[in-house]
Amino acid sequence: MSAVDGAALIALLGIVLYAILGGADFGGGLWELLASGPRREQQRTVITEAIGPVWEANHVWLIFVIVTLFTCFPAAFSDIATGDNTPLAIALLGIVLRGSAYAFRNYADDDKVAHFWLVVFGSASIITPFFLGTAVGGIATGSYDWHSPFALCVGLLAVALCGELAAVFLLLETEDPSLRRDFRRRAIIATIAVWILGIPPALLARAEYPPLFAALTSPIALGAIGAAIILGIGVMICVAAHAYVAARVAVGAEVLAVLLGWFGAQAPALVPGHLTFQAAASPDATLVAFLIAAAIGAVFLIPSLYCLFAVFKSRPRALSQRQ
Amino acid sequence: MDHVIAARAQMGTSLAFHIVFAALGVGLPLLVFIAEGMWLRTKRQAYYDLARSWAKGMAILFTVGAVSGTILSFELGLLWPTFMRYAGSMIGLPFSYEGFAFFIEAIFIGLYLYGWDRLSPLVHWLSAVPVIISGALSASFVTLVNAWMNMPTGFRLDNGRIVDVRPLPAMFSPPWLLEVLHTTIAAYVVTGFGAAAVCAFALLRMRAIGRKEQILVGLRISMIVASAAVVLQWVVGDAIARFDAGNEPWKFAAMEVVRHTGSHAPFTVGGIVGPEATRFAIVIPDGDSLLIGFNPNTVVRGLDSIAPGDRPPVARTHYSFDAMVGCASALLLVAILWVWFGRRGVILPKRLLQAIALCGPLAVIALEAGWCTTEFGRQPWVAHGLLRTDQAVTTAPGIEVQFYVFSCVYVVLAAMCWWLLRRIGSSGSENEGASPASIRVAQA
Repeated sequence: MSAVDGAALIALLGIVLYAILGGADFGGGLWELLASGPRREQQRTVITEAIGPVWEANHVWLIFVIVTLFTCFPAAFSDIATGDNTPLAIALLGIVLRGSAYAFRNYADDDKVAHFWLVVFGSASIITPFFLGTAVGGIATGSYDWHSPFALCVGLLAVALCGELAAVFLLLETEDPSLRRDFRRRAIIATIAVWILGIPPALLARAEYPPLFAALTSPIALGAIGAAIILGIGVMICVAAHAYVAARVAVGAEVLAVLLGWFGAQAPALVPGHLTFQAAASPDATLVAFLIAAAIGAVFLIPSLYCLFAVFKSRPRALSQRQ
Repeated sequence: MDHVIAARAQMGTSLAFHIVFAALGVGLPLLVFIAEGMWLRTKRQAYYDLARSWAKGMAILFTVGAVSGTILSFELGLLWPTFMRYAGSMIGLPFSYEGFAFFIEAIFIGLYLYGWDRLSPLVHWLSAVPVIISGALSASFVTLVNAWMNMPTGFRLDNGRIVDVRPLPAMFSPPWLLEVLHTTIAAYVVTGFGAAAVCAFALLRMRAIGRKEQILVGLRISMIVASAAVVLQWVVGDAIARFDAGNEPWKFAAMEVVRHTGSHAPFTVGGIVGPEATRFAIVIPDGDSLLIGFNPNTVVRGLDSIAPGDRPPVARTHYSFDAMVGCASALLLVAILWVWFGRRGVILPKRLLQAIALCGPLAVIALEAGWCTTEFGRQPWVAHGLLRTDQAVTTAPGIEVQFYVFSCVYVVLAAMCWWLLRRIGSSGSENEGASPASIRVAQA
């Protein structure tokens, strides 16, 4: 395996982890905004408590991806930041508003102010994955058509995936049966939404971007997409059968499969039609230094992450411990 | 608005905003750690309340620092893609280390802020240690990038193309150690004086009679940190001035408005910098020569030794430098006075409390002005001698709109932080029952 492959794998790993952990965070915001029914406030409390200790760490994966890109593939970083300038700037705005709104709401002692920031938090949680999705769609088209119907549909798909992730993850964040019922219903709705929203991008790709469609129907991509569809069924079965840990695994695998479909379709291109991983790569000396840095970083990072999740995610909590 | 100006304005606003929150994010964990440690030792409630109250502020400031830092990592590409294409393979490594350090910081700050009831007191206290270390490290790694921009190293130029990249030497460009010390210490200066200012302000307003003990210990802890840091900062700052005179003469010449190379160079304070002469300045004869070589015959390189197209904007660099040194002088004076009065064990005079309250804003101005000095002093280059700022800018449209939108966001964030921190400051944390929300409920 060459240094380029190693760096590419680390970048992809970062994208996958951000999509799953950050995605669940975004979905949490979505469900806070859409909280409804008699247990509206309890739903929000569960979500806030679930996100609280980990969201900061979950979002560092995005920085990790960015840093990996500009260290190891600076030409691609530069190209993407120019071509996808607008959707990335909007997503960035969303990230900023979301992070600050979360903190502001938690520490605001005035209900009106807190509610205002809740709405900002929820809206930004939808806007951000949507525009990150359109940016990805723009890359996939090979011409940064981020506002094409295809890319916009990819954005919607990204939002639905976040919603599915969050709803499934939240099932283990509470022991209250009625709240679990609420989240179960949301998990199933979101899973179906992911299926339905997966269709238009495929149709639009066939109509407008024949090379992309050909890539999507390559054996690897097709296999990954097939796996994603099957895993979606798996998620629904697990949720219905109250097998929440299995549901978490299945939904994580589903997101992984969707991303593998994307990577598989465009490999070895990093930006189709513009750059391959090889062409965008930094000199070997930098890549090797980066891989060593990543190995050293992992030695510190993995035990720390383990601590964080062991302390806060080992068991569901009773409601309203929040101080 | 000109494309380059819009991009520079946006980057400048983002950094000016981020640097304050980043500095507080580096410094506050140390203050909280000391306060909680004192509580563990003495079991005095005031220390516990202080730690809880500072931790709340830390949570908000750290979050805003984290998101504004995210903005910057994006903006490197959104605004300066050519720079990143050019330099990514060299400055990427310190950024990667910064990423890891920040990651550890984010993880342990989660443990610390949400772990009061889940961890034993000792473990909880110790969970602040990685936050302190990784915070200082991430500030240091980012500063390594700035050191490289000031004096790019670790590569060879072959017909204008960068070849033979050696990432480790690139990470440790000559000014690295001094810059890293200067930046990291600045974080403790700003946090120390910032926290002390809040305490002094509360004492002056006498709004917090019930929490007077908490505020007094808070003032003491923050002033100890601030005083130690500001003294160290003067030593490092002095070393940097000497380093710049030898290695970045364009910057030194602009800082000190040295127009002509020669011995007996005077030290210029303030004044109005014109194209030909500086008027109304306080001029200390032989000052610069003495500062650099401890000898009036020391030759100082002036602006005339730099090609006209490569000279930094002199007035802005000079004013920034003077603002930094002026504020730092005031901070040092207040620190000395505080030690003097504190040693004699008398109650701090009202005037001194007022001065300490003023030191909060002054420390922030010193931080911003110091950063402006190094950035203006490097212009017109983004990577000195390699790439000019106007060559590095993006070709994407709509940068002006982004600038206005993000500026508005910064205003809102700053206002909201201010509002929240004031609420935390006035509600305190001795018991949650006394928070304004529950008072409202009780009245209803």
